[in-house]
Amino acid sequence: MMNNMISSDGIIARFSGSLENFDLSAEFTLPCKGVTALFGRSGCGKTTILRCLAGLSHMEQGFLSVKGHVWQDDKSCMPTHQRPVGFVFQEASLFAHLSVKDNLVFGQKRTVGNGSIIELDETVTLLGLEHLLSRSVHNLSGGERQRIAIGRALLSGPELLLMDEPLAGLDKFSKDEIIPYLDRLFKKLDIPVIFVSHDTEEVERLADNMILMDQGKIIAMGPLSEVLSDPTLYIAKGPRTSSVIDVEIVSFSESDRISEVKVDGGVLQIPGQLGPMGSNHRISIAANDVSLAREKPSETTILNVIPTHILNIHLLEGGRVNLLLSIGHQDKKDGAKFIARITQRSLLKFDFTVGQDIYAQIKSVSMVGGSQTV
Amino acid sequence: MYQCKRIFCLVVFVFAFTSAVMITPPASAEKVSVAVAANFTATAKNLAQAFTVNTGHEVVLSFGSTGKLFTQIIHGAPFEVFLAADRERPKRAEQEGLTVKGSRFTYAQGKIVLWSRDPNRLNLEGTSLEQSGIIESDAITRLAIANPKTAPYGRAALETLTKLGVYEKVKGKIVQGENVAQTYQFAYTGNAELAIVSLAQAALNTGGSHWVVPRELYAPLDQQAVLLKRGAGNNAANAFMNFLKSNEAAVIIRKLGYTIKQE
Amino acid sequence: MWDPIWITVKLAFITTLILLIVGTPIAWWLARSKAWWKEGVAAIVALPIVLPPTVMGFYLLIALGPDSPIGQLTTQIFGRTLPFTFAGIVVGSVIYSMPFVIQPIRNAFDAIGERPLEVAATLRASPIDTFFSVALPLARPGLLTGAVLGFAHTVGEFGVILMIGGNIPGETKVLSVAIYDHVEALEWGQAHILSAGLLVFSFVVILSMMVLEKRLGRRLK
Repeated sequence: MMNNMISSDGIIARFSGSLENFDLSAEFTLPCKGVTALFGRSGCGKTTILRCLAGLSHMEQGFLSVKGHVWQDDKSCMPTHQRPVGFVFQEASLFAHLSVKDNLVFGQKRTVGNGSIIELDETVTLLGLEHLLSRSVHNLSGGERQRIAIGRALLSGPELLLMDEPLAGLDKFSKDEIIPYLDRLFKKLDIPVIFVSHDTEEVERLADNMILMDQGKIIAMGPLSEVLSDPTLYIAKGPRTSSVIDVEIVSFSESDRISEVKVDGGVLQIPGQLGPMGSNHRISIAANDVSLAREKPSETTILNVIPTHILNIHLLEGGRVNLLLSIGHQDKKDGAKFIARITQRSLLKFDFTVGQDIYAQIKSVSMVGGSQTV
Repeated sequence: MYQCKRIFCLVVFVFAFTSAVMITPPASAEKVSVAVAANFTATAKNLAQAFTVNTGHEVVLSFGSTGKLFTQIIHGAPFEVFLAADRERPKRAEQEGLTVKGSRFTYAQGKIVLWSRDPNRLNLEGTSLEQSGIIESDAITRLAIANPKTAPYGRAALETLTKLGVYEKVKGKIVQGENVAQTYQFAYTGNAELAIVSLAQAALNTGGSHWVVPRELYAPLDQQAVLLKRGAGNNAANAFMNFLKSNEAAVIIRKLGYTIKQE
Repeated sequence: MWDPIWITVKLAFITTLILLIVGTPIAWWLARSKAWWKEGVAAIVALPIVLPPTVMGFYLLIALGPDSPIGQLTTQIFGRTLPFTFAGIVVGSVIYSMPFVIQPIRNAFDAIGERPLEVAATLRASPIDTFFSVALPLARPGLLTGAVLGFAHTVGEFGVILMIGGNIPGETKVLSVAIYDHVEALEWGQAHILSAGLLVFSFVVILSMMVLEKRLGRRLK
């Protein structure tokens, strides 16, 4: 074990070099809690970074420290089995010769000292594995297999949980089945999670932070809502661009079944009972579902007509425009940000400019973080 | 001089070979196929060369243990002459009706020697082997003989040890080779300090030392030849049988470590 | 008649045991190493498949004989050289049967792939721990095949033992040599009994191996 310490309790990582003819250069710092999505197109180097974090791949030039412990520097590189990481691969990769339970406790048995972050019973409950324990790992569904793999990684007492597209191999049904479990786990556990994904929906539902990669380089990183609402990035240019906003439930009207939620800078109305008062949720607003008006429309069927101001205007190919909006008029600072997508013709017609106060009509809002924060 | 002779033989051989294969053979030149006991390999090659030079007939030699060749012959192997290392197999072939009546005769008698690769070990300097006590001495940990059950030379070796009165003492040191060639290898590689092998083998190699076992210590190792029915109508086969009885053949056979039985 | 059978079984058992202990790490190395010369080692291991047994026997006779370093070493330690001893035919059998044990085990290790080993590493298992708790159990079908083939091949071994065994009853006279002796001595009745026994044994071994392999394979797939 290396005993090198540095005074930083976050994750500091710096990798550069080439691995199997692939050039990579990445440097990032993360807080030691929360869920970070390593996002990007296939082949952009996300998985390589994750493998470097786990010590499964080795970059000649690299530095990595986690909670002050140096795992890799110019002189040395701690082997994987000495790093307190949990790693969930794209395929569950369960040990074929062991039962479900023996798979689960494989890492737990090898955890030195009091590295445990969660007990077997709790893991089993949280992941819904009660009825599987004594079974062999054959003939399980993809979702079940992946849940076991996640439990197995958690039981090894990791200080950092790494997941390489844990849901990519699953069908839609299994994915929907497993996401609530993940959500619950991430909220319950006090360890940083980094997961690789190329699916926006997955990221919107699970991540707090996002590292955006392209061609072996990091092109943006920060809180999820900020990265997603940066209109200059390539993810904001796609056809299905959306923004996420964290909300808190403040009231629910029994008569017409509408919930009111508080966002930074204002209030939104969402149909349906979303959860108890005071609970936190995440909503997603598709950029195409937002229309804009200079004056507050007096008559409209749309529930959410909210005052906003324009932070940024970004022209796209194909005659379209992304506008980054902040909830609340200019006098309000730090409103939640989201992207609206309109045509260039509308932009010219209404002569929108940066700094202007306008009204946004949000046609629909979808919930992404489905469960409550405990 | 010797070189010249070899080259000459080679030329003759090549000529005989090519003429047999390429050119329509003259009516007088035919081919004979001979099965030869492995211990007689070197001698048979010399004999075949001389025979070809004399008669122009081609000889095709196949080597193997007498037992194997015999088994092949009774199962229809296309041999015309059988040169065995013992009397029994030719006799059985005769009984099976596979041979030309009256063709069986002893073409050579084997001699056995006690052999060591150490050039001084069997340098007896006048004392008899019995007096020297070499065989039963502690310096000898392994004594190699051919398998007495399957090889005539092995049987002769066993007989010799018994007659010398040392068998009981050396019984624990005996290792067996499948045949006399393997037995020789055991001693040649130094894994056995002593071996009882054929004089023909010892004669092939100049190194080491040997003691020729006196004839009275073992029953004669008669090696018999027989003309097989397949060869009955083949001039070359008949000529080869006659050649084996000739003085010229006797010289070659003696030179390479065998004796000729005095009828 | 029972002596050669007992010696044969003892020889095959010890040979197989040694080959499993020595061969498994070699097979592991062959499956995992990235050294450029590893296929050279693999070829050397495979040599006994193609070499005529008498050639191997003759070389062993030289390699273990009194002139060789090995022979001198064994003479110093045990007071004798290895040919014509039971230990000697064990050495011969180990070399001769080596590819039949190592090859299936290597294939089994190859088939495991990188992933389970990476998983084990992320679950705090050291490389040695991983070898014993993941690689070996997953390679069970290959180990079984290797053991059975090694055993069966040693039972049927002839040429090498003939060369370095010296046909000593009760020590190096194994079944195949006994059969050969009987055949050569025209004692075909005895030869038939032993040969038929060997035939039946070989059939049973190969059959049970195939059945077992199928079962184990199904359980691990």
